[in-house]
Amino acid sequence: MKLVIAIIKPFKLEEVRDALLAVGVHGMTTTEVKGYGRQKGHTEIYRGAEYAVNFLPKVRIEVAVADEEADRVVEAISAAAKTGQIGDGKIFVTPIAQAMRIRTGETDVDAL
Amino acid sequence: MRVASLTRATAAAGAFTILAGAPALAQSTAARIDPADTAWMIAATALVLMMSIPGLALFYAGMVRKKNVLATMAQTLAATALCSVLWAAVGYTLAFTGDAPLLGSFNRLLLRGMGMDAISPFANSIPEALFMMYQMTFAVITVALVAGAVADRMRFAAFLWFAALWLIVVYVPIAHWVWGGGFLGAAGLLDFAGGTVVHLNAGVAGLVAAFVLGARRGYGSENFAPYDLSLAVAGMGLLWVGWFGFNGGSALAVGPRAVFAIVATHLAASMGALTWMTLEWSTRGKPSVLGMISGAVAGLGAITPASGFVLPWHGIVIGLLAGVVCFWSCTWLKRACGYDDSLDVFGVHGIGGATGTLLAGVFAVRAVGNAAGLLEGNGRQMLIQLYGITVTLAWSAIATFVLLKAIAIFIPLRVDRQGEMEGLDVTQHGEALQ
Repeated sequence: MKLVIAIIKPFKLEEVRDALLAVGVHGMTTTEVKGYGRQKGHTEIYRGAEYAVNFLPKVRIEVAVADEEADRVVEAISAAAKTGQIGDGKIFVTPIAQAMRIRTGETDVDAL
Repeated sequence: MRVASLTRATAAAGAFTILAGAPALAQSTAARIDPADTAWMIAATALVLMMSIPGLALFYAGMVRKKNVLATMAQTLAATALCSVLWAAVGYTLAFTGDAPLLGSFNRLLLRGMGMDAISPFANSIPEALFMMYQMTFAVITVALVAGAVADRMRFAAFLWFAALWLIVVYVPIAHWVWGGGFLGAAGLLDFAGGTVVHLNAGVAGLVAAFVLGARRGYGSENFAPYDLSLAVAGMGLLWVGWFGFNGGSALAVGPRAVFAIVATHLAASMGALTWMTLEWSTRGKPSVLGMISGAVAGLGAITPASGFVLPWHGIVIGLLAGVVCFWSCTWLKRACGYDDSLDVFGVHGIGGATGTLLAGVFAVRAVGNAAGLLEGNGRQMLIQLYGITVTLAWSAIATFVLLKAIAIFIPLRVDRQGEMEGLDVTQHGEALQ
């Protein structure tokens, strides 16, 4: 099993969700997060006072999938979240040691 | 109207007293409660109170950081409640009774003797209780305005003491000097609705308080971006509409003068917003929402002393000039002088009020307010306006400084370092926005 973590631009969330549905992913967890990479931040000006805003709002998506599905999921996310502009985000894939569906007690791939 | 009331009064008093009572009757019948004036002034009073709560509370709270939103609202709210009670108790009588040049009398202490038929000589067609209440709303908002300069750092208890003492020591005397029969009014100062009494006064006090308390921790290095400017926009909208009562109500009667004041007020606000927006767009690249609402308030502050003396279109010129001057003071002047006037009370209200007071002396039209300005050949009016500005500035600055230093002997003016970092909402009030 793999955990796919994607940090994307917030306004891309719906497109990414649709893309994941299309490749058969039926569940995900999202979190509103703040961060920055190469995009750095931006400057805001209030009555002449300039503030550097370093942390920009992003959405973090977590999807747990079977090993063989991971590549397709990564592809789907990257295609849907891409604008070509700096700040599109990143995708990480890590192994999952264990999984359980709380309601039924099913484990591992059955639980996904 | 006067004849009718004379007839009624004489009928009640008995025909045989006509001759003996003639002078006294003539005086009392000059003042008669007018239903239309009373209705308008009740509405105007409500409008001005709305400027403080919720107008100013929202306007200010939207511009501070999230951790200080409730504390900022608390200052406006507490100033409203506290100054209302104090105004009824001692403020009104010291400002608006008696005709001594420096301070009023104690004739209306605790509203003593203010009966159903009482009428103030300053507003001779409405009940005195209404005039008292109308002026109360001005006192309230002036005190509440000052708080913006020391937002994010002043201890609530210290603010309460300051609000109470400042009302009596600074606001009341200046209100008396300009409007209550004192020496500035007698000198011919034109201040229709409070360019000196309210805006310059609050602005200067804010500036002095900002200096005495010192800058916020992290000023100039940390991000002080406003929590929610949409609150500030909503608050500014209430201020703008409320200002119709502020300036229009200062005619103290229904009629064309009130209407002229309202039209000039609206045009000045509009022009102020457009001016600030344009300046910011051209110098900073983007027209900010905060800039637009700042410009509107600058225009409103500047038209305040002039409305009621000028023609409606003068509001456009005054709004434009106020937009330019206040933009300059909030961006360049503040940085050059290095003070931390959190919400630009001095930059917008102080500078705007002074600018408007001067411009009232330029544009005053005899046909509107029975006073001629520079453009009608009365250059001397400019000197009187300068005199009024100087006296207000001096008294507000000196008295504010002394008051703050005196309060600091008993209560620290600022919250401690920890309290400022955690935010005033939690440390002063035990509440927080989630």
